[in-house]
Amino acid sequence: MTSRRQFLTLVCGTFAASQAAAQLDPNMQALRTAALASAIRKVTGGQPIRTGKVKLQIPPLIDNGNTVPLTVTVDSPMTQADHVKAIHVFTEKNPQPYVVSAYLGPRSGRASLATRARIADTGKVIAIAQLSDGSYWQDSVSVVVTLSACLEDGLI
Amino acid sequence: MARVSVTVPSSAKRGEVIEIKTLAAHVMENGFRHKQTGEPIPRDIITQFVCTYNGVEVFRAELHPAMAANPLLVFNTVATESGTLEFKWLGDNDYAATQSASISVV
Repeated sequence: MTSRRQFLTLVCGTFAASQAAAQLDPNMQALRTAALASAIRKVTGGQPIRTGKVKLQIPPLIDNGNTVPLTVTVDSPMTQADHVKAIHVFTEKNPQPYVVSAYLGPRSGRASLATRARIADTGKVIAIAQLSDGSYWQDSVSVVVTLSACLEDGLI
Repeated sequence: MARVSVTVPSSAKRGEVIEIKTLAAHVMENGFRHKQTGEPIPRDIITQFVCTYNGVEVFRAELHPAMAANPLLVFNTVATESGTLEFKWLGDNDYAATQSASISVV
């Protein structure tokens, strides 16, 4: 006869296990984190990245990871002397960290980019802007994905 | 033939910041999916997008597999003079598409 306590332990255990299985295994996650770090290093060349100026707008709860609208705006006058040279978007949990790199200039008038991305799993989305003075600024948003992109045969 | 669409205002004031929307019909196959038989589906994406304004490059983007199908790009430029905006998409398997739009600046 299963006691109520045993039953609850079993149910909670099964639930916890199914939750764990939905996440990437730790080795894969470490690889993804390393890939993200190296991708960011490639863009910045090891320069420090400050937080601010950049605003990444993305829904915090994503029903469908296959099409995620996102907007990146950077606070910049966009003049010849002071403008945004590039906007890069990265994700933490995709098989590859890159999403899009956009190259702007003083003729852009306004530093903003809107697009649609695929997000594979719950995690961070990072937008990095390179300014004409050589500084880098970033904004990151943590998103929750319910239906993930590129996931027909489990997390890859 | 590749289908693409761009939205550019037909006229603008000189110095005004105009918004440009571009959309390309493309599956953006990311290369991480498999067929039912198990073999991987090869990658087929758009990798490059360039916008030129009377021959001068004003916007360029590098796209990756994490872009959604039918990639949309919305960006801005300053309306400096009347002329044409040329848009060019390049991708895997020799994908190439071009589109142009004219603008009159007053």
